[in-house]
Parts: sequence; structure tokens; C-alpha cells
Amino acid sequence: MRREPRVKTLRIDDCDCAGREDQTVLDVARENNIRIPTLCQINGLTNVGSCRMCLVEVKGVPKLLTACTTMVWEGMKVVTNSERLHEYRKMILELFFAERNHICAICVANRSCELQALALELGVDHIRYPYLYQALEIDSTHDKFVLDHNRCILCTRCIRACSEIEGANTLGMMRRGVNDKVITDLNQPWGESRTCTSCGKCVNVCPVGAIYEKGLSRTESRREHTFLPYLTIMRGER
Amino acid sequence: MTHDELAEIRKAEQERKQKYKHKINVCMASGCLSLRSDLVKEAITKEVDKECLADSVLVSKVGCVGLCSQGPIVVLETKGEVREGITPEDAEAIIKSLGAEHDGGNSNELVDGVVLRLDSKFFTRQKKIVMEHSGLIDPDRIEDYIAVGGYESVLDVLTEMSPAEVIDQVTRSGLRGRGGAGYPTGLKWSTVAKAFSSSGEKFIICNADEGDPGAYMDRSILESNPHQVIEGMIIGAFAVGASKGFVYVRAEYPLAIERLKIALKQAEKFGFLGHNIGGTTFSFTVELRYGAGAFVTGEETALIASVGGQRGLPQQRPPYPAERGLFGRPTLINNVETLANIPPIIRNGGDWFAKIGTEKSKGTKVFSLVGKINNVGLVEVPLGMPLREVIYDLGGGIPDGRTFKAVQTGGPSGGCIPAEHLDLPVDFESLQQAGSIMGSGGMIVMDDASCMVDVAKYFMGFCKSESCGKCIPCRVGTVQMHAILERITDGTATMEDLGLLENLCGLAKNASICGLGQSAPNPVLSTLRYFRDEYRAHIEERRCPAGVCKFKNAGKDVYEEDLEVRDETGTSS
Repeated sequence: MRREPRVKTLRIDDCDCAGREDQTVLDVARENNIRIPTLCQINGLTNVGSCRMCLVEVKGVPKLLTACTTMVWEGMKVVTNSERLHEYRKMILELFFAERNHICAICVANRSCELQALALELGVDHIRYPYLYQALEIDSTHDKFVLDHNRCILCTRCIRACSEIEGANTLGMMRRGVNDKVITDLNQPWGESRTCTSCGKCVNVCPVGAIYEKGLSRTESRREHTFLPYLTIMRGER
Repeated sequence: MTHDELAEIRKAEQERKQKYKHKINVCMASGCLSLRSDLVKEAITKEVDKECLADSVLVSKVGCVGLCSQGPIVVLETKGEVREGITPEDAEAIIKSLGAEHDGGNSNELVDGVVLRLDSKFFTRQKKIVMEHSGLIDPDRIEDYIAVGGYESVLDVLTEMSPAEVIDQVTRSGLRGRGGAGYPTGLKWSTVAKAFSSSGEKFIICNADEGDPGAYMDRSILESNPHQVIEGMIIGAFAVGASKGFVYVRAEYPLAIERLKIALKQAEKFGFLGHNIGGTTFSFTVELRYGAGAFVTGEETALIASVGGQRGLPQQRPPYPAERGLFGRPTLINNVETLANIPPIIRNGGDWFAKIGTEKSKGTKVFSLVGKINNVGLVEVPLGMPLREVIYDLGGGIPDGRTFKAVQTGGPSGGCIPAEHLDLPVDFESLQQAGSIMGSGGMIVMDDASCMVDVAKYFMGFCKSESCGKCIPCRVGTVQMHAILERITDGTATMEDLGLLENLCGLAKNASICGLGQSAPNPVLSTLRYFRDEYRAHIEERRCPAGVCKFKNAGKDVYEEDLEVRDETGTSS
């Protein structure tokens, strides 16, 4: 028998909020127009908390928690924008920029990139760390799409969309650490993949210029941010 | 299996052993086996047969004796002697020395091996609970374990105690998780016992994925006495209501796996695993899962993902595994050593265990002493023993007349403790206050020839290559930290870099998902705390006080010399 979720009251920054116990801090914050920066999170997919942008301070909890994976509880006191959090978020963005090639001027996603937008929002204007720039290949074997590993931030949105919404499980991850790499099937060229349905959901969810449509810049290609939640709702409980 | 049947096996086995006048134990754990102790045992057995002593001398294969640096180790139990570095050629002399006892002759001269008495400090200063039977019984014979009181606790628990009573004993014992974090075991057990599972299913996992550089306690425990761990698992499963257990053991431990497999089969055959154990309604089975060798899978949530067939990636907690673990069910995860502590606790009672150790850290801890120390090996000491005693009394001090500089505890998640803290009691709180942790129990001893920046770089390099890559502070942060340490050790860093390094340490510590990332900066932070002048010497004076690091300029000469050599060979060929 399914129990109805209870309602909890909590405080996010200076705002008293109400949320259901099955809602995350991020959900409740958004309902109350409190902005918490996110990067790997996208509505309609499971939240993994890997980009660490949405880290928040919770009173009484010594560690920082990710707003996208933490369920609300009664009497919770959340701080989303302290000096320390702001500093960490900036550092994380710097690390992203230093990891792979994110030179905006020569990127297809220029001006429609979530990483770029966050850097602007948080005022990241210098990268203090040496660029690591591994020389990675570009997979353009697919008829319609291109996968450029040099632009990838390893947020796994594409992998989650491919497995959770499309059910194709074409995309996956191999290796570990900085050598992590998004792969198609068993690390075959994308064009040779027999599981890819060319549905384009991965293109749609990619926050940067790593997966894009051939011949189009990201600004030109149309992106629907509401279709994932829509699909999830229409298919009912997964 | 009933109590009477168990007692019968025990009696028969004890009688069998008492028949023999002499007992010779040959260590067959990984360390000694790699030095071919199997050949030594074969030679001694042959010699016994040749001298027609098979009725009075028992030669048996045993687990780790503790002194792993000087294998193969042979223990003459009846004479109270431990002999190191035995070769098959020494077999004859060993057998002869048994007889020499009656002549009152000086038997020590007969054998090449260094002789250590069982009553020397190395053995007497130890307090063995987990390793009590290690080095005394054959790990491949369940009868050997039963003879020393094994599996009695399981029958006691199943027939005479309720799960709540078992948890009460564990709670009273004050046992804390031996995997590193030191979480109270009783609290963990009661959380899992109370957790609600919609299908009624719960799991217990034994974490045998030991990956710290320089640590091999869990491997030795599994190789020396796998039954004690299995017994602990059965008791744990009963206490929390789990019907299925997994041992997640790394595939790099082939001998431990082999012995676990044998032990599991025997336990099943004797009715300690399977349906209706001990004639009760309790059923429990154990399966093995092999880890492909990733440091991160020692972390609970990553381990659960790996056991479940997923990529071994950690998850943000909460929810905790006690609530939502393997296959979404409440799961109890305990380290090998933690589980091995359970049978003695049940046998002797929680209060007995609580009397050992310090106020907040109860019981004993197994440490693997490695590095610049005379007695490299495994020791088990009561918690709270001063570091100095562990290193000088048990470890036998620093070799080659050098001086002690620091000890690295807790592996890549731990830190370095300098000489001025040698009188620090070894317990969870004291180590943490000193900027390190207990960890799983690896102790790497360093002498004055070690460069602490280089040590920090080594551990950061380890974390860098072991990062799973899920979260950015750990994935890229460790790489950047390692790069800065590299610049410091090759003499190209500035004081600004040191500031960056400290910033990155703070980020990784506070913003990473799991323990690996959160603790990766510890070796850097602890060396910065105690050996900051060494960092300064590297950066400001361009010199390495210990003479370990080769600076860029020096490196250039070597490179040029190298080129010349290549030219010469090029012309000559």
C-alpha cells in the first residue's frame, strides 16, 4: 500500500518553504524562486550530484550536501549562497575549464552553453590552473550527430537520457578519473552502433558543445527543455 | 549441527593433536608462500617420513605468523621458537634440533635461520583477538577452527539469543568499524535491524576490498582464518535479519579467494550455511564477488554498486546503505576485521571486549608495519598503545642506524605523524587530532632519508589514478594537486602554487562526493602541518633537505649525459 507523502516545512536562505518529503531541496528552492546553480542536473532524469555546483550548507550537518539529491526534512535550515559556497562553485568551474578544451570562441555551443552561462553568472574570468588539454578524438561517424570528447564535461546527462528515457543504452562510460570517456556501445565508432536509434535526446540534453547536430551550431539547433519531464509523466511510473 | 556434535568434533580433533610430541607450523600466507614456504613444508614432511617420526611430529600448514619480512617462517610450537628465512635444505637440521632438546645441546647453531623466541617482545607485547588463531591453525581445515572453539558462537547465538541481545552485546563491546571511519558497529547493526524492507529482504556485505598502499591486514585475516570472518557474517546476518551475504574481495587476492571458497564449502557441508542453520528457522547463504581492483570500491556506496553489477561509483549520502543499499534494500556493510571481531565478542561477552583499549576506542587493532622498520609484518595491539611502543618494541626500530622521521597511517586517506608525536596513543581520536586517521591499519614508517613532499606526491598520484571521475573536485582536483606537487619537487614552483595547493585541498575535502575525494588531501595537509619547512626549502631555496628530489637543473645534466651515451652507441653500431 502506498502512503501519501507528508508535507515538511523548512527554511531555505531567508525564505520559509513547504515541500513534500519526496521532493529535493532543489525542487523546493526552485518553487520558491531561489536560484541554485546546477550543471549535471536536468529535469526528467535521475539526479546524480556529480557536478557539485548545487552544494548547499545544511545546519547541523558538517558536510556539504547536493541540493539535487537531498530530500527535504522537517525543520531543515539550508543556506544556498554563502561566501564559501560561492568560492567553491567558482573553483569547480575553473577546474572544468582547465580539464578539457572549452575555448568559447571556437565552440559550436558558444552563447548557448550552460558552462559558459554559469561562468558568466558567477564571475569566473580567470583560470588559475594549468590547462590539462588531453588530445582527444572527435567521433563524427554518425550520420546526424557529432561527439567531441574535447568539449565533454562528463556530466553523464546524455548517458542517463539514452538509458532512462530512450532505453537504448547506447551511451556509456569507460576508464576512470580524468581519463573518463563517454563511449557508444563497446567503444565502437558511433556510426557503427547498432543500438543507437538516432533519437537525438543526447543532443538535446548536452549542456555544452560535446554532442551536436552535424552542420548546425548549438544556437541554431532547437532544444526542448520540457520534453524529458513530459515523456516521464506520460509514461507514468517507471 | 548441534552443540553436542560440535563438541564431539572438537574433542576428536584435540585428541588427534595431543598424540604428537612436536608440532611444526609452516607459514603459508602470501608473504611466506611467495618465498616458497610450500617447498619448505614439503622438505620437512619428507624429512619426518625419512626419520620415521610421523607418529610424533605433526607438520602443518598455518596462516600468517606476523613476521612477514623474513620468510619463510617455521614455528616450532613445542619449543617456543620461531625461525626465519628457512630453506628446504634446513629441513634436516630442524628435525635434528627437535631431538637436540633432550641432549640439552645448543640447538640454535644447527639452523641457519634467525631464531626468535615466542616469548620475545614482538609476541608478548601483542594482544591477539582477531589474529588469535592465525599462525596456529590450518586455514583450509574447518576442524582446526572448531578445535579452538570456532562456530560455537553461531550455535549459541542461534539457539539461545535474540537478535536484539546479539546487537546489545556488540553495542556494549564498543567495537568500532575497522575499515577506517570507526563508526560504532552496534549502532550500524541496530540501524539495519530496524530498517524497513518492503520485500523483507536484507543483505550483509563483507568488505574485503582492501586497497591502501602498504596494507594487507584483511588479506592476512582471510588467508589465515577465513572461518572467523564467515562466523562473524552469520552472526551479523542473524542480528540484522539478512538472509543473503556477499564477500566483496579483490581479485588481486587469489590465495584469500581460494581459501574463502574452501571455507565456504566446508561451512556449508557442516551446516553453518544454508537452510535451517543449527536446526533453527534461520537460513543464510554467502556468495563471493570479485572486485576488479578499484580503490574507490572500498567506499560503501561504490561497493554496493559494484556488487550489484554496476560501475563502481559512489553516491551522495543520504540515503545511507543501512536504509537503501544493495538492490535498494537495507544493507549491512562491515570490514573483514570488524566481522572477525564478532565471534570472540559473542564468546566472551561485550563487557570483556570493552575492558580492552581506551575509553572511546575499544579492543585491538591489526596493523601492518611496513617501510623503514626492522620487523616488517602484522601486529595486533590493544588500542591506546603509544606509537613509540608499536614502532620500537614491536617493530624493532629503524634499520641501518638511521633515525625515525614520520609514520604514515591510514593510507592515502591518512596522514604523516612526525617524531614529536611518538608518544601519541594509537586510537581513533588521537590520530585524528594529529591530522591523520587510523584507516584500515597500514603503517608506513619513514626514516630521515625520506622527503615528505615526495611522500605527499606519491599518495596524491595514487588518488589521481584511483579517482573514479564521477565528481569534478576529485577528478580534476587531484590531478591539479599532483601537478603542483610535481612542480614543487622538480624546483619550478612558486609560493603562489602553495596557496593554490591549499585552496584545492579545501575544495576536495569539502566538495567531493565520497571518502576518497574528501580524504585525498590528507597526506598533503598533514605534511604541510608538520613539515612546512621542507615545502619552503623546495620552493624558496630550490633544494630537497632529504636529497630525494631531483631538480630540473640537475635533471638537465642527466638528460644531456643520456644523449651523449646514445650518440656513442649510435656511432658504434
